[in-house]
Amino acid sequence: MLAKQEVQVKKLYLAIACSAALVGCGPLGVESPINSPYAAGAETKNVLYTAFTQRSPKYLDPARSYSTDETPYTYNIYEPLYGYHYLKRPYELIPRTALEVVDPVYVDKQGNKLSAEAAVKDIAESVYDIPLRKGIQYQPHPVFAREADGRFSYWPLTSEQLTDKFVMSDFAQQGSRELTAHDYVYAIRRLASPRVASPIFSTLAQHVVGMKEYGTRLREIDTALRKDVPVGSRDLPWLDLRSVGFSGVEALDEHTLRIRVKGLYPQFKYWLAMTFVAPIPWEADRFYSQPGMAQRNLTLNNWPVGTGPYMLTESIQNRRHVLTRNPNFRGEPYPCEGEPADRAKGLLNDCGKMTPFIDRIVFNIEKESIPLQGKFMQGYYDVPQVDRGDTGVAMLVAASDSTEKAALYAKHGIQLPTTVEAQMQYFGFNWRDPVVGRGETPEQQVRNRKLRQALSIAFNWEEFVAIFQNDQAQVAYGPVPPGILGYQSGVSGINPVVYDVVGGKAQRKSLDQARQLLAEAGYPNGRHATTGEPLVLYFDSASGGGGSSPTLDWMRRQFAQINVQLDIRSTDYNRFQEKMARGVAQMYMWGWVADYPDAENFLFLLYGPNVKAEKGGENASNYVNPEYDALFEKMRDLPDGPEKEQLIAQMIKIVQEDAPWMFGLFPKSGGAFQQWVGNAKPTQMVRNSLQYMTIDTELRSKKIAEWNPPVWWPLLVLFGLLGVLVWPAWRALRQQAQQNAMGDVVETPK
Amino acid sequence: MIGYVVRRMFYGVLILIGVNLFTFVLFFAVNTPDDMARLAIGGQRVSADAITKWKVERGYDKPLFINTQARGLEQYTDTIFYQRSVPLLRFDFGASDEGRDIGREIGKRMWPSLALAIPTFILGLLVSIAFALLLVFFRTTHLDFWGVVLCVVMLSISGLFYIIAGQWLFSKLLRLVPYSGFTGGWDALKFLALPILVAVIARLGPEARFLRSLFLEEVGKDYVRTARAKGLSERAVLFKHVLRNAMLPILTGAVSALPLLFMGSLISESFFGIPGLGSYTIDAISGQDFSVVRAMVFLGAALYILGLILADISYTLADPRVRFE
Repeated sequence: MLAKQEVQVKKLYLAIACSAALVGCGPLGVESPINSPYAAGAETKNVLYTAFTQRSPKYLDPARSYSTDETPYTYNIYEPLYGYHYLKRPYELIPRTALEVVDPVYVDKQGNKLSAEAAVKDIAESVYDIPLRKGIQYQPHPVFAREADGRFSYWPLTSEQLTDKFVMSDFAQQGSRELTAHDYVYAIRRLASPRVASPIFSTLAQHVVGMKEYGTRLREIDTALRKDVPVGSRDLPWLDLRSVGFSGVEALDEHTLRIRVKGLYPQFKYWLAMTFVAPIPWEADRFYSQPGMAQRNLTLNNWPVGTGPYMLTESIQNRRHVLTRNPNFRGEPYPCEGEPADRAKGLLNDCGKMTPFIDRIVFNIEKESIPLQGKFMQGYYDVPQVDRGDTGVAMLVAASDSTEKAALYAKHGIQLPTTVEAQMQYFGFNWRDPVVGRGETPEQQVRNRKLRQALSIAFNWEEFVAIFQNDQAQVAYGPVPPGILGYQSGVSGINPVVYDVVGGKAQRKSLDQARQLLAEAGYPNGRHATTGEPLVLYFDSASGGGGSSPTLDWMRRQFAQINVQLDIRSTDYNRFQEKMARGVAQMYMWGWVADYPDAENFLFLLYGPNVKAEKGGENASNYVNPEYDALFEKMRDLPDGPEKEQLIAQMIKIVQEDAPWMFGLFPKSGGAFQQWVGNAKPTQMVRNSLQYMTIDTELRSKKIAEWNPPVWWPLLVLFGLLGVLVWPAWRALRQQAQQNAMGDVVETPK
Repeated sequence: MIGYVVRRMFYGVLILIGVNLFTFVLFFAVNTPDDMARLAIGGQRVSADAITKWKVERGYDKPLFINTQARGLEQYTDTIFYQRSVPLLRFDFGASDEGRDIGREIGKRMWPSLALAIPTFILGLLVSIAFALLLVFFRTTHLDFWGVVLCVVMLSISGLFYIIAGQWLFSKLLRLVPYSGFTGGWDALKFLALPILVAVIARLGPEARFLRSLFLEEVGKDYVRTARAKGLSERAVLFKHVLRNAMLPILTGAVSALPLLFMGSLISESFFGIPGLGSYTIDAISGQDFSVVRAMVFLGAALYILGLILADISYTLADPRVRFE
């Protein structure tokens, strides 16, 4: 047996020998290009390499995670009850751990069952009885490890026993068990826990029976538990949620979950597709609550426990995260249906095969765009960023700007599919502002509306999309994006306030019409009709940079077309959010990414009771219109269908007329995938897409080797040049050393 | 001498307290705990509850300097400033705002920083000395003139340019090294080769020019003329006499820079993906993690003070004529 030192020395010699051979040698003599950032032979493995920028995901606790950069992890580790079909568009809910997507049973106040067509006013509750698949196992994890006598291996633990434990792999033993309905009950109860402070609690508490009161009770229990604990201490006695619950969520048996929702709330089913409703085993909650765990970052936030296709096996903060195939995953067949074009694209070739296809997903940090793009073009990243929809769009734009880039992408066979996603950017007017807002008197309301309409006409969104989005967006005529019920394509969807219909197409009204409206608003030629003062409007920008940027300059010019002065108030995002929360920004630009594919999730951004100022809602314009609100309250209770569509159309007409927003644009979202990545379809809604992808490792190895031959000759030339320079210098040195005071060279006697 | 060192260390403690206070004031002049919470929590729906919880967990719900609701000494001790500052003086950095042990992170991350900084430092010094000596040897010639011009050009160019140009040339065009990344063991060599090369070239211009002026100052002295008059070769004059005497200020400068090697290079580590203390600090600044920012500033200041004290001590060792009272 070789001593450790001898092994190290031998490894060093081997490394030197391999370097001399100009290739990296790895196990079994597998070669990798010298510039590979991975271990030798990495490209031959069934591993997907991707990157994350900025920083590691902050929250992997499903009760707290609500940021897109966390979703590649959370949605592939955890399994909510439902999910979305990977290929079908518009998005379709499918069961994940549930056996089916259930329809709720309606009951009245007395608990009597009602028919599916019951009147909304009669429905006291919607009861969801969701059957779970049997036999689903959690990933192998130390929280489930037990000794032979049935005791938990890692509970209880003292702080001293944790001295050498910092990552999950430091716990040698692992175990597993079956998923039950109780795990979902525990998870939903946990949303109300003051220790978790879930961002979704207040929303769900409005809908789930008893949840709000449960939150209050938990707060009292938590306060009592913390009585003798120093403030700010991270070691808290475990809050066992098994022993205290509420009637809104219960397990009817091991595999049936019941959730009771107040009244009629058809959108509730979409929340069941989000990781907020991912199962949490009580053993994990207890395990992580032990003293010393939090100090070592051994928390559910850093080490999730799920039943999904992958599990987190390596996690180095701001450096690398690795998802590994969950050996206990139940298996899910690849879909056999999709959009009409999917078959031609080869997206149905793996129909029926069991997912996941890839063994490991490696996320490396890449803070700067140059190395990220560079390594992607060298083939060392299969997908630059899994969660971002703008990477592919940016590459498409680059390709359209440069024939060289286009040729390079084509040569590399890079896939750049795009789609219009359920998200939008809009320009908002503050309804509380005296100039651009609602107005106090009926006359003022009419004038302010005309002002908003005039500005909406003058602000050329088509030009904005062409210049600043490089045509990678669709101009919006209303608040509902394509692919969602309520979106109107064609002539019926065109905003008649801002556009005329010419030849079946939208043509922006003329600036003269905008000026006319402006005059009717009381500002002829951009000046106040009475005082003659120029009209100055204020735009709050979160872009920072002192208010000067091409976009902001362009915006100033748009307003200047009708002689309105636009003053930019530039600030950082924190200040901007603060101003919006106080309702003091006159005009602003913001965006929204759908939580779920339902018009309600966009129309609620204009719903009166949801105002941001004072109430902290998402109606950032603080728009209030009783007619709109009444229609919204009717619409949100309806299932998808013609009646709902009609209500949405009426609501859109109202906001087009009122113009609390300029409707902005629907950004395109696109992925960037190497040619060897199979089943790649861009999506911002299906977050567990990694399980469907494939890697052709042979093609990858071949292409990486082809794209990365080292080029040595410039270095040889450089050394040669140095030698050429050094030689005369050396000669001059020798000469100088042999010169006498007169400057004559005197040979040194031998 | 010992008295001098003790006095310097005492001044150092006062400086550290001042640095800590200054950092605190500057940080909270542009950030509020609410801002920090909002940025830390992130997400589409930050709730007031979540912000309050975040602040309470980290002690940011307290007043900054004076707690008017407390009594007696607690008015000053039950504040963010006191509770965040006092442990620093015993080098207890606590946990970051994300809940990670800062001391442990520093212990892990200082090795990649050192792996980059030490070779850069040693090689950079050697190359700069060699180049400076070359210029001095060929002083008043065209070589010297163009050498100085080259130094001025090189020091005028931003370090960022060298990084981007280095990646473009060696990673993209020549494909000899990876763009970025890091790993442990001997494999780290291929990730460090380019950042070290870039760092050495980036500092060559200013350092060589400075060293050249040091050497030229020595070359003009009487003992050098005496050495030449004795018949010593120019090489012997430069290496045995000029370099040895000029090394004094070089060495003391180098000794004072040694502790700062731990702090890493903020920009290099970000661009080359090296998980050192430099990138740790940058992450904390952009994430408004006050705990890490104040810990790194404090550590940097402490190391700087230590470096200066060591430089003073080394000077007395190098030059017996120098004594501190």
